[in-house]
Amino acid sequence: MSLGSSMRPCGDFRTTYASDMTIFATPVTRYLAIAFIIALLFVPLFGSPYMLNLMIQIGYYGIAALGLNLVVGFTGQISLGHSAFFGFGAFASAWLNNAFGVPVFFAIPLAGCLTMLIGLFVGIPAGRIKGLYLAIATLASQFILEDFFARANWFTGGSAGAMAEYLTIFGYTFDTDQSYFYVVLFYVVLMFTFTSNLIRSRDGRALIAVRDHYLSAEIMGINLTWYRVMSFGLSALYAGIGGALFGHYLGFVSVEGFTIILSIQFLAMIIIGGLGSIYGTILGVIFMVLLPEVMEWSVHLFSASMPELIQSLAYIKEMAIGLAIILFLIFEPEGLAHRWQRIKTYWKLYPFSY
Amino acid sequence: MNTELLLQLIVNGLIVGTLYGVVAMCFVLIYKSTRVVNFAQGEFLLIGAWTCWWLLMKFELPFWFGFPLTLAFMVIFGIALQVIVLRPMIGEPIISVIMVTIGLSIFFQALMGLLFGHETKTYPQVFETSSVNILGMQVESAYILSMVISLLVMIAFYYFFKYSKMGLAMRATAFDQQVAQSLGISVKSVFAASWAISAVVSALAGIVIGMVNGVSSALSFFGIKVFPVVILGGLDSIVGAVVGGLIIGVLENVAEFADSQWLHIGNLYVIAPFYALVIILMVKPYGLFGTKDIERI
Repeated sequence: MSLGSSMRPCGDFRTTYASDMTIFATPVTRYLAIAFIIALLFVPLFGSPYMLNLMIQIGYYGIAALGLNLVVGFTGQISLGHSAFFGFGAFASAWLNNAFGVPVFFAIPLAGCLTMLIGLFVGIPAGRIKGLYLAIATLASQFILEDFFARANWFTGGSAGAMAEYLTIFGYTFDTDQSYFYVVLFYVVLMFTFTSNLIRSRDGRALIAVRDHYLSAEIMGINLTWYRVMSFGLSALYAGIGGALFGHYLGFVSVEGFTIILSIQFLAMIIIGGLGSIYGTILGVIFMVLLPEVMEWSVHLFSASMPELIQSLAYIKEMAIGLAIILFLIFEPEGLAHRWQRIKTYWKLYPFSY
Repeated sequence: MNTELLLQLIVNGLIVGTLYGVVAMCFVLIYKSTRVVNFAQGEFLLIGAWTCWWLLMKFELPFWFGFPLTLAFMVIFGIALQVIVLRPMIGEPIISVIMVTIGLSIFFQALMGLLFGHETKTYPQVFETSSVNILGMQVESAYILSMVISLLVMIAFYYFFKYSKMGLAMRATAFDQQVAQSLGISVKSVFAASWAISAVVSALAGIVIGMVNGVSSALSFFGIKVFPVVILGGLDSIVGAVVGGLIIGVLENVAEFADSQWLHIGNLYVIAPFYALVIILMVKPYGLFGTKDIERI
């Protein structure tokens, strides 16, 4: 579970529980992670606007997908209504800012907390039902929340949508891709560090116990209802923050954006990345953000010979998403994180692979 | 209060409800025998309706020839889907199985959009339409026809499971896979057959709805509407699917009536079944006729 557990050098045995629970298995992986984040700090100086846009997308979707991974991958509950939470966060942040004049700086975390309350409420059925029935209940909550967005003019601006101000701190406005990148990066690092630590804590281990065998977990004294509902609340917190970042990036939140398709995309991200893997989440999000782009490139490549392809681009993108989900589940159900481990093991043992 | 409108809406609800019942039956059939929750049920309707439309319009086949051809195609399609996609998923956790059918649903919905566009298209006139007067209400003959077809399908289902050898094998498999296998039933072919039957009957429902309302991607929403129905009836009960279909069909229309007469919320027609779904799950998760899961440690 911990980052790079299979990268452990030969003969490196753990003698204390504390050393077994470190986030990074070896000092090298820790320094590499820190160096990677520092390298990311320099990206806005060199990156093209297109690349920055993609990276910001990866950031806010990544936060939301991490929340979903917490509920699906770590707690073993199925949620088909994640995009509704994402949308709720976006609207809540814009609403707090527009209606009460809360500065965007505070509106983003507050929106996360509001979404968490909704998540706790939606999660109540999780205390009573599980598996398939829970999946269907969350599907219903997705449609009910979508309907609420379309209806609640005071909250979402109805069909006209809601305007979201740019983030401003001490008079400096984060209105360019370059500056907003740092905001998203800050939240990504914050949420991913928080999750890595959460999973090591008592609560995190309880979540995993609920996933692995809920009856044994209950016998061991874990409050099943509480942890199931809490995992929904937590996932909504992440989705809310991701959604708020999304809203303040685009400057405008529309009612139509948060459909069941986006929920499915979130699920696809974590399945492709790897259920119950923190860095797998990011791999999955990168895959799902780049997939439509790659489809667009290839369609433009073939458009010289088949010009009618351009009109059906939206369908081709959707088909690619569906196909990616199916193929991954059949051929690599453990996700990209697992594939990455296998590549590393292969090189570690090369050329004696057995 | 407008009694005539209410009655008219209830009749509409019963007609739509029988169609929900048929689609829900197909859903339950797959769940009962293979334990797969099929999120792509609505796409079966869509594929069936578009295939039939394509055969009738492109090749100008007569209906009596194009229609059986569509059904034959759906048999092959259902079996192929089970063998290629669902068979590798046997034994995988529930989330994987759910996601694979969701993936299928997205894929086929987009594929149909790619091939046939997003406009609603109408079938060539197959039967002449007129309205029939029943108990002082005007009901379109197409609706009557769709109801009759639905009822025929339900009766066929009943006799199939009660008396045919394959039906008996499917019931045995649903009851206990290992015992069925030890008695010489090929579980593989039962799985394939249940997908084939489900695809064919869904396509039939799709064509019937397409003839009345025209074919468009809206058909696939039946696959979502089926969830309130099967949860109300119980996930593994064929009778429950029919009863649930009727209740949800009427509920929708009564919600529409209440909405237009008193509440004026708008769109209650679409969303009411989902509120009902949540309430049922909280109060009686196994539905009216579903079997309760008893877990042993």
